[in-house]
Amino acid sequence: MDLGLTDDQQLFQETTRKFLEDTCPLDEVRKIAEDEVEGFNRAWWRRGAELGWMSMLVSEDHGGGCISGNARADLSLVAEEMGRLVSPGPLVPTNVVAAAMSRLGTAAQREHLEGLISGESVAAWCSVGPYPGSGPMTHRADGEVRAVKTDGGYVLDGVSAPVEAGAQADLVVVTARLDDGLVQLVVPAGTPGLTTQAAQSLDLVRRFACIRFEQVELSADAVLGEPETAAGEVERQLEDAVVLQCAAMVGAVTRVFEFTVEYGEDRYSFGRPLVSYQALKHRFADMKMWLEASHASAGAAARAVDAGSPLAPELISVAKSYIGDHGPMIVQECVQFHGGIGVTWDHDLHLYLRRVTQDRTQFGTPHDHRERVASMLGI
Amino acid sequence: MDQAPPAEDVEAFRLRARRWLGDTMPRLPEGMDNWRLTIEDEMATNARQLQRLLFDGGFAGICYPVEYGGQGLPREYQRAFTQESFGYQMPTTFNVPTLSILAPTLLDFGTEEQKLRHIPAILRGDELWVQFLSEPSGGSDLAGLVTQATRDGDVFALNGSKIWSSGAFRADYSLCLARTDPHVPKHQGLTMFIVKIHQPGIEVQRIKMVNGTAEFCQEFFDDVLIPATDVVGGVNDGWTVASRLLYHERDAVGGGSPYTSGLGMGDAGKGGQRSDLEDLVVSTGQQGNMTARQLVAEARVNDRVQQQLIDRVTQGIRSGAMPGPAGSLSRLFAATNSERRFDIGLEIAGAGAGASVTGDLAGMWGESFLSRQSNSLGGGSNEMQRNIISERVLGMPREFAADRDRPFDEVRHNRSPQPRS
Repeated sequence: MDLGLTDDQQLFQETTRKFLEDTCPLDEVRKIAEDEVEGFNRAWWRRGAELGWMSMLVSEDHGGGCISGNARADLSLVAEEMGRLVSPGPLVPTNVVAAAMSRLGTAAQREHLEGLISGESVAAWCSVGPYPGSGPMTHRADGEVRAVKTDGGYVLDGVSAPVEAGAQADLVVVTARLDDGLVQLVVPAGTPGLTTQAAQSLDLVRRFACIRFEQVELSADAVLGEPETAAGEVERQLEDAVVLQCAAMVGAVTRVFEFTVEYGEDRYSFGRPLVSYQALKHRFADMKMWLEASHASAGAAARAVDAGSPLAPELISVAKSYIGDHGPMIVQECVQFHGGIGVTWDHDLHLYLRRVTQDRTQFGTPHDHRERVASMLGI
Repeated sequence: MDQAPPAEDVEAFRLRARRWLGDTMPRLPEGMDNWRLTIEDEMATNARQLQRLLFDGGFAGICYPVEYGGQGLPREYQRAFTQESFGYQMPTTFNVPTLSILAPTLLDFGTEEQKLRHIPAILRGDELWVQFLSEPSGGSDLAGLVTQATRDGDVFALNGSKIWSSGAFRADYSLCLARTDPHVPKHQGLTMFIVKIHQPGIEVQRIKMVNGTAEFCQEFFDDVLIPATDVVGGVNDGWTVASRLLYHERDAVGGGSPYTSGLGMGDAGKGGQRSDLEDLVVSTGQQGNMTARQLVAEARVNDRVQQQLIDRVTQGIRSGAMPGPAGSLSRLFAATNSERRFDIGLEIAGAGAGASVTGDLAGMWGESFLSRQSNSLGGGSNEMQRNIISERVLGMPREFAADRDRPFDEVRHNRSPQPRS
């Protein structure tokens, strides 16, 4: 997290941490993984919503509001705390969709906001990979939704890549390809022709599903914003998604690093604590450096997006490629420090490893984001 | 730096600096940067004149106190000035170590007389400084040094040798750490001195490096007389001064110093400009090659993150959220990033890195790869930084030391060498 939080931010962060520790500790996460079909408990989600989890990116005119005036920095605190405890719940897609609705939704579309903010409903964000390199690594074989313009609106066909909360969402914002561009549409769950197919995911509590559109007929009222501005809007949504995701990854990795240092201090071999061996101390030093760099990069990305900086598109890709590479690497190092216990089901490490590895793949891999950076550099 | 808010805000200052730079400072010739300019300006004749221009224009020592000839402004002003200075010749020779390490140490520990004697002279471009710390007998174990300063009334007699002082042949003064009491544990018997370099009893030899340059020097001291008024800090309290000096060094090498002016080495924070690696891709015709794109983007990402980390650590140390030794995080990042940059350059340069026509960028990257480890050695090796991070940031147990709490003259150590004839 950023150093130098305001008093209000600090209070908010402490409140969020306490709420999560009290209501959803790791053994609860494991229980949810096994028992909860949706991957999260709706009543619990509404309580989180009362703390402001879904209102930060929504303007005050639409019932939202943040703490410090820097909405993504504020919401990053929630994402980071949820990362620390591998918390369930579709925080990222719901917030990305709420922000987009508030920014450019029609009055009718904005009626969805009340439910999203209060936690009554959740959303899925079904976007295209806006990764300009489109090299072999960026290819997503299974995801392509196409829209055809009709007299009164659009008809959607195709299957999305696996998206978070695809099957749980009450509301989907989908980006579809037109012959000459993109269009974003708001599609309520239950719309005829819309079905979902559950996907396997590494994460035990975040559920993913492919969304299938078969001749889904939508009126022009379903269009979010304008087709002409859809590409720019997709980029803005991606910025929000990556900022929150990076904060969540940093939170998860920070927690793993903390308990691994503690383990290294408590654990004795040959009469010495593990952390007294220089070979291991030096690797801890490298991890600490990567971790602080990850904090720095996630924070810089959030600030850039909050400020509407022209550097924001580059800085989210800097953050994602750096954290996407180093986050899982740190966790794997921590598995190594734990020894055999680190690769067992009962140890909590794999919950974190699943989370950060899953996050690494969503919203662009490090490779994809380096492609974006290379394009921005004009090479 | 902790003074009343400046009368002029940063943007007004920036505009004034922009006008002044345009009116006053010579522009860099096409294809030239300040790093190359520095190499060609061997005796720093040009740099001294440029520094004088800054001083006369009221832009020298932007973060230095007014009473010693500086401008007394916060670091944002220095950052703005540096951004505006791009494309102009700047006296970057003065940045490290003079302005960012040694003068700040004098500010911290010098007497009022010492500060008034030297800091305005430095800002005026009259004095270049170097640090006499490392010795041939050992690099990482600084406190185990063997150069002796023996007191006789109001003077000390200095004997021994120092090494890895950068540019000592063109410099005027040094901060020199020497042993003044060998009968106590090593940290307790050291004293820091101001030593004039060009005087009887000091021989300066240049050291030719792998890349052909001869910036580093070795010095030999033969009964060099130092007045007691040139002791910085207390007699036998030199380790305190040296620790502060090393703190400034970590700041400087890690890029967090507010006292440097103008862009020096490296590309971190350069923003907007095309980097040397992007130039290499273009000059070797590899635009659109995915491997090259990935590698250049990785370097760009690392450079951005390096600056972000420096900002975070600087803020953390200033606010007390991080301990001082956290500066080693920036230092280690800069060094390992530098290693990776050389690897990336070599990879993109391909076959051209080995044998090439003179002036070919690929060949230049091959040549510079030979000095890949330089940034991981100077100013404390990466291994020492990792010790510092694990022990003093993470609080892990200290390494075993055979000389801890034992008088220096009862511990085995290396001997000081003699000058080669």
